[in-house]
Amino acid sequence: MLEEMASKVRRHIIEMIYGAGSGHPGGSLSATDVLVALYFMEMNHRSEDPKWEDRDRFVLSKGHAAPTLYACLAESGYFPVDELKTIRKIGSRLQGHPDMRKTPGVEASTGSEGQGLSMGIGMALAAKLDRKKYRTYVMLGDGENNCGQIWEAAMSASQFKIDNLVAIIDRNKLQLDGPTEKIMSLEPLGDKWKAFGWNVIEIEGHNFREILAAFKKAKETKGHPSVIIANTIKGKGVSFMEGAVGFHGKSPSKDEYEKAMKELGGD
Amino acid sequence: MKKWELKNQRDAFGEALVELGEQRSDIVVASADLSCSVKTGVFAEHFPERHFNFGIAEQNMISACAGFAAAGKTAFASTFAIFVTGRVYDQIRQSVAYPKLDVKIVATHAGITVGGDGATHQMIEDLALMRVLPNMTVIVPADAPETKRAVMAAAEYKGPVYIRLGRANIPVCTDIPECQDFEIGKASIMREGADITLVGTGIMVAKCLEAAEDLKKHKIDAKVINMSTIKPMDEKTLIKAARETGGMVTAEEHNVMVGMGSAVAMTLVENFHVPMKRVGIRDSFGESGTSDELMEKYGLTVDHIVDAAHDVMKRRGR
Repeated sequence: MLEEMASKVRRHIIEMIYGAGSGHPGGSLSATDVLVALYFMEMNHRSEDPKWEDRDRFVLSKGHAAPTLYACLAESGYFPVDELKTIRKIGSRLQGHPDMRKTPGVEASTGSEGQGLSMGIGMALAAKLDRKKYRTYVMLGDGENNCGQIWEAAMSASQFKIDNLVAIIDRNKLQLDGPTEKIMSLEPLGDKWKAFGWNVIEIEGHNFREILAAFKKAKETKGHPSVIIANTIKGKGVSFMEGAVGFHGKSPSKDEYEKAMKELGGD
Repeated sequence: MKKWELKNQRDAFGEALVELGEQRSDIVVASADLSCSVKTGVFAEHFPERHFNFGIAEQNMISACAGFAAAGKTAFASTFAIFVTGRVYDQIRQSVAYPKLDVKIVATHAGITVGGDGATHQMIEDLALMRVLPNMTVIVPADAPETKRAVMAAAEYKGPVYIRLGRANIPVCTDIPECQDFEIGKASIMREGADITLVGTGIMVAKCLEAAEDLKKHKIDAKVINMSTIKPMDEKTLIKAARETGGMVTAEEHNVMVGMGSAVAMTLVENFHVPMKRVGIRDSFGESGTSDELMEKYGLTVDHIVDAAHDVMKRRGR
């Protein structure tokens, strides 16, 4: 069931980006399975009551994967699936990067890399002050780990013992200009997070069993924040986009669109 | 003229925070390793569970405050003006102003009166940075009592607010009936006058009042306006004053290029054009020195305001 939803979300992503003529397919496709697991299994949320105060929070710090988030929200019922095609168009509720004021279900306005984990920290601390049980999930890009603010946030989450916060790194190993290890080396990434006091869980990010097990492990960890390093493939699901730097921020041509849709089980 | 009592804006800020903390459980306060200097430490003593010290990490502090606000809190973030504006401009723009979140940024140690620390710590362009941000409200209280009133008003208002405070003990000049009901976006007329209008903000309001006394000796009757909200600007009061007096001088402890004076100039040019002169720092960085020495050297004394007023009067043929 999750696999089917993931294929559906991936088709939405390709249609949205093709329709808009711009967007970020690579990082949207790599993040898909984690988001599908969150929205259709892990998180407590109510599309009919987007501001329900006990809902789990999700912050898409890598805001350029907005199509993935919008597809999950539409399929969850926050707004009509038909509205997805308005992404990036004038007057649309679906901005190029997530806007919490315009789109039902979007928890944070993101897009300038590096800020979402800090926002998640504020939300998670607020939950503790209010003695609420909700959890906060933040998805980071791996390239985003270049940002100094991520490490400021990492230090403080550990200092404040924010164990109701889970960061997920979409470790697709490519950033806009090329391989992460070539542009600004991140490894040993897990050790870095461990050194900052985090509970580090490393998984295969396209395997639902592993994703859900990681969420469970994070929930059981007390006194420390958890980070899930989800090893993923950029462009996952579309053969010619997989591992291709060129599809970080480029929409497919008509031929590429048709081929991609076919591969993803569309008509 | 009576001798003014000296008080500190930061103490007033600390007092206001404690009062707010008692009234409202949704108030949270964030510091960046300067809680003693900026007086958020006073709040921390009363409400340790609602105070968060982020260390020397202002970017994280600002975005975390956005997260607090997104989860229903009213968050105050406070540190020196130099660290909580330029250094975190993108965080304020993206995390706070764009989503119009309920974050109050209280900047202390603004301007050159910081003194000995020198230009690296003298923030003279913050009003420019903050006033160009859509959704941002910008307040510069004139003294300690007005600081308290401004902080209370900012807490009441829903949305991002920038409040600019100084370091030094400064004259209490707002203990007059006209200034008691602080309202965001409302300037107060501190003194009536028919010949020229002096518009001050922050520590320059008291100096404008002194300048008005001096001008009286030269038979010039000056109106004095306390422009405590820089944005939204009280255009109505400004235009009325321009019509009534026909000349204007602005005074601010800020780069004249882009601060309160330029905002006043824009308003007048589009509405009712009168001869005008701006007193402020002439587009240069400061340096180490005492507050008084710096105010003298960088053109921020009573005499500078008086000279500017004479210049405006001369241009009007008087």
